[in-house]
Amino acid sequence: MTTSTSSTGDVPAIEFKDVVKRFGDNVVLDKLNFSVAQGDRVTLIGPSGSGKTTILRLLMTLEEANGGLILIDGDPYTHEYKGQKWVEIPEKRRRVVRNRVGMVFQQFNLFPNMTVIENIIEAPIHVLGKSKAEAVARGEELLEQVGMSEKRDFKTNQLSGGQQQRVAIARALAMDPEILLLDEVTSALDPEIVADVLGVLREIAETTDITMLLVTHEMQFAREVSNRVLMFDQGQIVEEADPETMFTNPTHARTKEFLKAVLG
Amino acid sequence: MNDESIWSWETAWDVLPALLRGLVVTIEATVVGMVIASILGLLIALAMRAPTRWVRGPLRFIVDFIRMTPLLVQLVFVYLLSPPEIPALVIGFVVLGIHYATYMSEVYRAGIEAVPQGQWEAATALNLPKARTWRAIILPQAIRNTLPGLGNYAVSMFKETPFLFAISVVEMYTEAQSYGANTFSYIEPLTMVGLLFLIVSYPTSLLVRRMEIRLA
Repeated sequence: MTTSTSSTGDVPAIEFKDVVKRFGDNVVLDKLNFSVAQGDRVTLIGPSGSGKTTILRLLMTLEEANGGLILIDGDPYTHEYKGQKWVEIPEKRRRVVRNRVGMVFQQFNLFPNMTVIENIIEAPIHVLGKSKAEAVARGEELLEQVGMSEKRDFKTNQLSGGQQQRVAIARALAMDPEILLLDEVTSALDPEIVADVLGVLREIAETTDITMLLVTHEMQFAREVSNRVLMFDQGQIVEEADPETMFTNPTHARTKEFLKAVLG
Repeated sequence: MNDESIWSWETAWDVLPALLRGLVVTIEATVVGMVIASILGLLIALAMRAPTRWVRGPLRFIVDFIRMTPLLVQLVFVYLLSPPEIPALVIGFVVLGIHYATYMSEVYRAGIEAVPQGQWEAATALNLPKARTWRAIILPQAIRNTLPGLGNYAVSMFKETPFLFAISVVEMYTEAQSYGANTFSYIEPLTMVGLLFLIVSYPTSLLVRRMEIRLA
C-alpha cells in the first residue's frame, strides 16, 4: 500500500514517508507510507508486534525513526532532508510541532505526586503559558465533560483505573491538540468500566474536529468512532477500508484471519 | 567481688551533663552532615546522568575513591591539611557530609530510576520542557523513594560521629574519653555513651522502617 491522501484537507494532518523503524535487528516498520487527513478518525488494527503502537510512539517522539520522514500538517517533525542528508530536527523545533499532538496511554501515566486538577493544568501553564486561573477554568470544564468534577482535588492513586483514564483524557485535551493519539486506552481497564471511557471518547469524537489515531482491540468502538481502518501486518498496511467494509467484508486473507481471531 | 569497682551510680550521674552536652554536638554534626549529604548527593546523582563521559568518568572516580577509603582517615587527612583557622567541627561537618553524599547519590540514582518510564513519556506527550519535567514530576517522586534510604544513612552517620574524636571535636564520645582520662573511670561514661546512642538511633530506625512500609 502506498500513500492514500483522503478527500477533505489539502495538507494531511499526518504523513509518513518511507518511515523505517528497527529495534536492533528487528525491522518493525519498513518504509511505511500513509497519511491521515485533517479531522480523520483512523483506527489501526492488526496482530501485536505489527507496528501499530510504534506508529503512535513515533508520532509522540517517544521513539526515534531510523529513516524516512514524518510530517505534521506538512511540517517536518523529527527529521528532514538537508540536500541528500537525512538529519535530526533539534528539540527546539520539534517542540513547536509536538504541541499539536496529544496522547492517551494504556497505563494512564497520570502524575501521582499531583492532584487531578494539577495534572490537568500543569502543561497548559508551563507549556502554553496560560495563567493559572485560565488553566483551572478550562480544566474544570474538561473534568465536567469527562464526569470527574467531584474528584478535582483527589490524588490520582485514590482513583480507579477508569477514573484515571478519564482524567488522562482531560489532561490531553487541555492542551488543545489537533491530533490525539489513543494507545489501547481501554486495555488496562475492567470490562464493566470500558464503556464509560469509550463513552467519553465517543462524545469527543462527535463534538470536536480533532484528528484521531487509535490503536484498539475494541472493534465495536473502532466501528462507531472511526471513518477509516488500517489493517497492519509486519509493519505494512495490508488493507484499508471504512469500518463497515473492513469488519463485514474484508478482502485480504490476513485481515480475515485477524478479525476472526479477535471477534470470535 | 566489689560492687563499686564495676559500676558506680554516682559516677554515672556525675558524667551525664557532659555527655548530654556532647550529644548535642553529635546530633548537630549528624543534622548538618546529612543536609550536606542530601544536597550534594542529589547533585552527584544528576551529574552522573550527564551525556558526556568527561563529566561522568572523573566524578565516578572521585566517588569511588571516597567510598573506598575509611571515614576516619579522611577526617584526619583533611584536618591536617586544613588551615588552623577552620574549626574542627566545621571540617567534621563537611567531611561527614561529603563522605555520605557519595552513598546518598546511589540512593538518589535508584530513586530516579524507580520512577516509571511512563512518567517521562507522559511529560513528553504534554511537551513539558526537560527542566520542568525534572522539577515537577521526576524529582518529587524520586525523592519520595529516597526518604527511607536517607533515614538509614542518617542513623548510620549518627553512629559514626565518634570518629570526630580523632580531630578533637568535643562530641559525646570525646566527652566520655576525657572524663575517663581525668577520673580513671571509663566504664560508666562509655556504657552511657552506648546507651545514649541506642536511645536516639533505635527509635529513629523504627521510624524509618515505618516510613519504608508506608511508602512501599
